[in-house]
Amino acid sequence: MTDLRDLYQEVIIDHAKHPRNFRKPEGANRTAEGVNPLCGDQVTLYLEVADGTIRDIAFQGSGCAISTASASMMTELLKTKTLTEADRIAERFHELLTGAPDPSAEAPELGKLAVFAGVREFPVRVKCATLVWHSLRAALADDHRVVTTEE
Amino acid sequence: MSARPATAPGAGAPPPPALDVERLRADFPILARRVHGKPLVYLDNAATTQKPSAVIAALTRYYSEYNANIHRGVHLLSEEATHAYEEARTKAQRFVNAARREEIVFVRGATEGINLVAATFGRARVGAGDEIVISAYEHHSNIVPWQMLCDEKGARLRVIPMDDRGELVLEEYEKLLGPRTRLVAVSYVSNALGTVTPVARIVAAARRQGVPVLLDAAQAAPHLALDVQALGCDFLALSSHKMFGPTGVGILYGRAAQLEAMPPYQGGGDMILSVTFAKTQYNALPYKFEAGTPNIADVIAFGAAVDYLSAVGLDAVAAYEDALLRHGTAVLEAIPGVRLVGTAPAKAGVLSFLVDGIHPHDVGSILDREGVAVRTGHHCAQPVMERFGIPATVRASLAFYNTAAELDALGAGLRKANEVFGR
Repeated sequence: MTDLRDLYQEVIIDHAKHPRNFRKPEGANRTAEGVNPLCGDQVTLYLEVADGTIRDIAFQGSGCAISTASASMMTELLKTKTLTEADRIAERFHELLTGAPDPSAEAPELGKLAVFAGVREFPVRVKCATLVWHSLRAALADDHRVVTTEE
Repeated sequence: MSARPATAPGAGAPPPPALDVERLRADFPILARRVHGKPLVYLDNAATTQKPSAVIAALTRYYSEYNANIHRGVHLLSEEATHAYEEARTKAQRFVNAARREEIVFVRGATEGINLVAATFGRARVGAGDEIVISAYEHHSNIVPWQMLCDEKGARLRVIPMDDRGELVLEEYEKLLGPRTRLVAVSYVSNALGTVTPVARIVAAARRQGVPVLLDAAQAAPHLALDVQALGCDFLALSSHKMFGPTGVGILYGRAAQLEAMPPYQGGGDMILSVTFAKTQYNALPYKFEAGTPNIADVIAFGAAVDYLSAVGLDAVAAYEDALLRHGTAVLEAIPGVRLVGTAPAKAGVLSFLVDGIHPHDVGSILDREGVAVRTGHHCAQPVMERFGIPATVRASLAFYNTAAELDALGAGLRKANEVFGR
């Protein structure tokens, strides 16, 4: 049996209770909104992009611990990354949650976000973790449609 | 009227016989299941109820012994299937105490029943500038069909407000009724809050103005005895799967005079008397509203569910559940950080709540690992969430097979949630 601690690791609880970069940056020049119509979670992601690099990244919204921590930890990791790097990290994160399980596979570029591997054992919660990442992809593509987890 | 039976000692009426819950639980095979290594504590009955062996057996018996199409065959199997199907209609008639069996129309569920009224009564009787009155705690299924109708006709939706306890403000309701009101459509029991609507007053006020009333009884049916003649409503819709029957079946009760005056719903087989390319003559009630081969097996099994629930006895169910709801309320109130949403004095079957600092979705996942099944989210009642300024709640919803010990398990699960979140 999978332990609840695989889902609610301390770092996740910490970010859920004290989300980092929970604000609307002055210089944001790209925003993307994401909603999960099944549970009502809602997130708005703000990016300040210049010269192909993420100068600032922050978010606002309301959601569960998993979606809030995912957004918070994402903003910490992606600040100062290039758009290409951000895109690759988003792809790695998606694989971590939805790909075939491969314990030997390492994703060093994900850093602390590797703790979300535990969410894989809670299939109904995968969408909570990936919501903000769908929004990131929309922001990277400069796509202004509202992203939903049901597409 | 009140959902609460007289509980004061010496109040006059003899108390209903107590339920032998342990014996009744044995009728539900699924209740023996374990989930995540723990005994299943099923507290998601407002979403759907579990099924007793009698209902499961009725389905198996139909398919293994007399599966055939109805109303047309000359052979024995068809005769048996037709008889069982029509017998279910009579059972449903008795269950809601309709005056005539033709007043029972089989539909897919309460949602289709409401849509049927919107598509027939609504299309024929509602015009530009007319008004339909609903309440602030309706399920989406009793909002959206009326919104669609209003959009089509240029009519207006009026909403009875509710107070902070989740009770409708009846003074405001009476002000909403006017010469343009064509229908009042309200739920008997709120699925998100558990509030029991004072339907007697709702119906009485509407009838004084000659306005028909539709009751969405989907959440009331497993908890309270229904009597459409005493209620005086014109329409009542309910779903089989919320009252221990199979999914995919429900009934729409319609007062015969209303049903007669309404145009048909869908066109097809069974709803006609004769068809030529020049003209079609529609069938009599209730077949005018039952086009196509219906859900025969599930209708028959719904009849078995009606028999089962009637044998258990809704008066005994209401009394037992009332005590259970009080126990559950006390359990929740004793847990740090828990806040109940929906605190009306008359409630049935629902404990909706929030845990301070923990999102309902997370509470639901933690409870699941403890074997406790609850619903989290907006419960298809987003306007209710908006009214209380919250995105979602955790909802524990009861059936007569739940026990006080199961509500204690809910309490233990919530303490665990507080622990996981370091509270």
